Amino acid sequence: MADQQEERIPVMQQVLDNPFLLLFLGITIPTVLYVLWGVMEIANIPVAR
Amino acid sequence: MTTTYRICPRSGLQFDTNAEKLMRWHAVAGVLSLLVGGIMALGVILTRWPAVKLLEADVFYMVLTAHGIDMLIFWIIFFEMAVLLFASSTLLRCRMATPKLGWVSFWLMAIGAIMTNVAIFQGESSVMFTSYVPMQAKWHFYLGLILFAVGALLTCFIFLGTLVVAKAEKTYEGSIPLVTFGALTACIIAIFTIASGAVILIPTLLWSLGYIREIDSLMYRTVWWALGHSSQQINVSAHVAIWYAIAAIVFGAKPMSEKVSRSAYFLYILFLQLASAHHLLSDPGLGSEWKVVNTSYFMYFAVLASMIHGMTVPGAIEQAQRLKGYNKGLFEWLRKAPWGNPAFSSMFLSLIGFGFLGGISGVMMGAEQLNMLIHNTIYVPGHFHATVVIGTTLAFMGLTYFLVPVLFKRELLFPGYAKMFPYLFGLSMYMVALVMMGAGTLGVARRHWDMAFAGSPMAYEWPGAAYLMMGLTGIFGTIACVSGGLWILQIVFSLLFGKKLEEGEMRSTPIPLTLPAPTPGGAAHPPATPGTMVLALIFLTSFILYYFVNWKYLSSLWSMA
Amino acid sequence: MSAILPPSERVWWNQPIDKLEFTWIAIALVWSLVMFAMMIWWHIFGNQNLANETYKTTKEMYAAKTQAVVDQYTVRTGDEAEKQFPIVKPPAGSDIYLIGRLWDWWPVYELEHGKTYKLHLSAMDYMHGFSLQPQNINIQVHPNYDHVIKITPNAAGIYSIVCNEYCGIGHHTMVGRMYVK
Repeated sequence: MADQQEERIPVMQQVLDNPFLLLFLGITIPTVLYVLWGVMEIANIPVAR
Repeated sequence: MTTTYRICPRSGLQFDTNAEKLMRWHAVAGVLSLLVGGIMALGVILTRWPAVKLLEADVFYMVLTAHGIDMLIFWIIFFEMAVLLFASSTLLRCRMATPKLGWVSFWLMAIGAIMTNVAIFQGESSVMFTSYVPMQAKWHFYLGLILFAVGALLTCFIFLGTLVVAKAEKTYEGSIPLVTFGALTACIIAIFTIASGAVILIPTLLWSLGYIREIDSLMYRTVWWALGHSSQQINVSAHVAIWYAIAAIVFGAKPMSEKVSRSAYFLYILFLQLASAHHLLSDPGLGSEWKVVNTSYFMYFAVLASMIHGMTVPGAIEQAQRLKGYNKGLFEWLRKAPWGNPAFSSMFLSLIGFGFLGGISGVMMGAEQLNMLIHNTIYVPGHFHATVVIGTTLAFMGLTYFLVPVLFKRELLFPGYAKMFPYLFGLSMYMVALVMMGAGTLGVARRHWDMAFAGSPMAYEWPGAAYLMMGLTGIFGTIACVSGGLWILQIVFSLLFGKKLEEGEMRSTPIPLTLPAPTPGGAAHPPATPGTMVLALIFLTSFILYYFVNWKYLSSLWSMA
Repeated sequence: MSAILPPSERVWWNQPIDKLEFTWIAIALVWSLVMFAMMIWWHIFGNQNLANETYKTTKEMYAAKTQAVVDQYTVRTGDEAEKQFPIVKPPAGSDIYLIGRLWDWWPVYELEHGKTYKLHLSAMDYMHGFSLQPQNINIQVHPNYDHVIKITPNAAGIYSIVCNEYCGIGHHTMVGRMYVK
């Protein structure tokens, strides 16, 4: 038990144990890739002559 | 509010009584929405059955709108909020954060659900689940949805708050359970979903009141689907969590690997919501780069995650069964599974149907170019009845059988029907999904009152097979509606008239979670899972075949560039 | 340890992965990448790619352009309908404008197979769904957007255009036609 306590927790496990970091990633990625990129594409559609 | 804890004598679970009451109310509100949605389903199915054609066009479209919203939004989100409360306060054995706010959120959701239903049944808001602009509904249609969403958002924050409480009060050690992690995934996706919903529904509400002149239809569709599709991704995360939970409860199965299952959920958190683009692949104006990156969940990483869950859940069951000695051949573990336990049989039918019918069809139609083959055809509802009804609803219904004694403290009435129900309902829904996809492959439109085009000067004649498929949709859909209706009756009767069961010990302090000490020298090497691997390879083979058959079909169409 | 309890090992990230489980992950990853590559491959080598060429337009402007094509190339008036649809036969390679509105597709085009046309799609009121049958080509049609797709019909026949986006009470009567000679 004692030496297990000393084992460092790997970075990825720390990431997965942090709900607020996950929340940040889970909101940011789709907002940027889907919503913002999509809205920009629509805003840049040229006007017909 | 004072906090008391109840130790359930049947499951050993510890409930914060405030959270428990909220869970019950959410579950009941969900089942009531399911009841309304189910009655509407019967109206839809009996109208689309060409030989019956029950309803007039205006009533049909109203009923279809109600069916979509009551099922896809109200039923599942009410139930999911109960799942969030369960996965946080119960599994972490702690008190629920801010129970008073929990009631505010519940009533916001309830009032919202009622308001939108009233708007629909007044008859001037038959705009379908999607409420695409420029078709306009009455203002209270949108306001109801907004109130419902705000309520759900509050419960998501209560879930996160409860995680903080549990950590601060040290009611568990180490990492949260896998099922709670799955619920966290659902919660994160829900927050994105609801935020997107607010971004698009609030301007739409103002537009319906006359404060905004116009809303761009393409902009609306793009942002709306971040709500409409992501809301169904909450389901995926939630029902996968329930698969793991049922495997744990019924078999004592432990995940094959915490690392793999959690990483798969992590891929969901990052990429699952991008699939909202599935609905925009046949739309103008959005570039192919945007379409390809988003529709593929960024290189199919979320599909990868689903394929992982699809293997690790049965794999965990196989390991648990083999440890119990069901070791003969490839499939003794599966043959000797408790097929008469509705929680298990629902879960297993949910898993297989979700993978084979919902998963494969979803990926096929989510390929940018293939989407043209089925866009807006009845293939699409065929697909999502496989994911949302077979995947989510069946898993939720199976879990409810477990909740009646544990959460509602009542003995289940008519246990014989409970044994039959998953097969009756599940398999008829398998057929509904299949024949709808068949009709969609032939081109039959979704959301369409009359496939014979009565009154049209240039009516098109569908092939006979399409009529056959729609007839079969009617027959199997009716079986599914009736068996689902009986399930509702069974649950309601059990809650009202079932034998009251013992409450169990009430305490004012929680018992912290204690774990058995890890086996010295690491856990015994778990048995291999060849049976699951064979199932997985059968799945992969069908997946590859079906995928390329559709590319072949696509290549026979007119050239387009 | 089970899925409803916290992991029994404090550090679970470093635990070994089952061999079959790992194999499956590798296979699934390869298949995911194949599917991703398939869409890109089809853009390069496939013949059925939906064009992204789109312009913002107005209903009036789009209707005027459609009317101009109809005025120039109408060959006869169809007798299928009480409404008398103009049958329009533009030369190969030209721009053909199709209007989706409550509740018809207007006008009816007569095309030659093997020839390429620039098909424009737009709606006059609500959204509509262009669903060409029995080909089964399905495209979303928006008001105020002019979507341009180069099409090359590959077989002669009478094609129907079903509306497959819900557009109100007469939605089921909204069927148009396209002739390919």
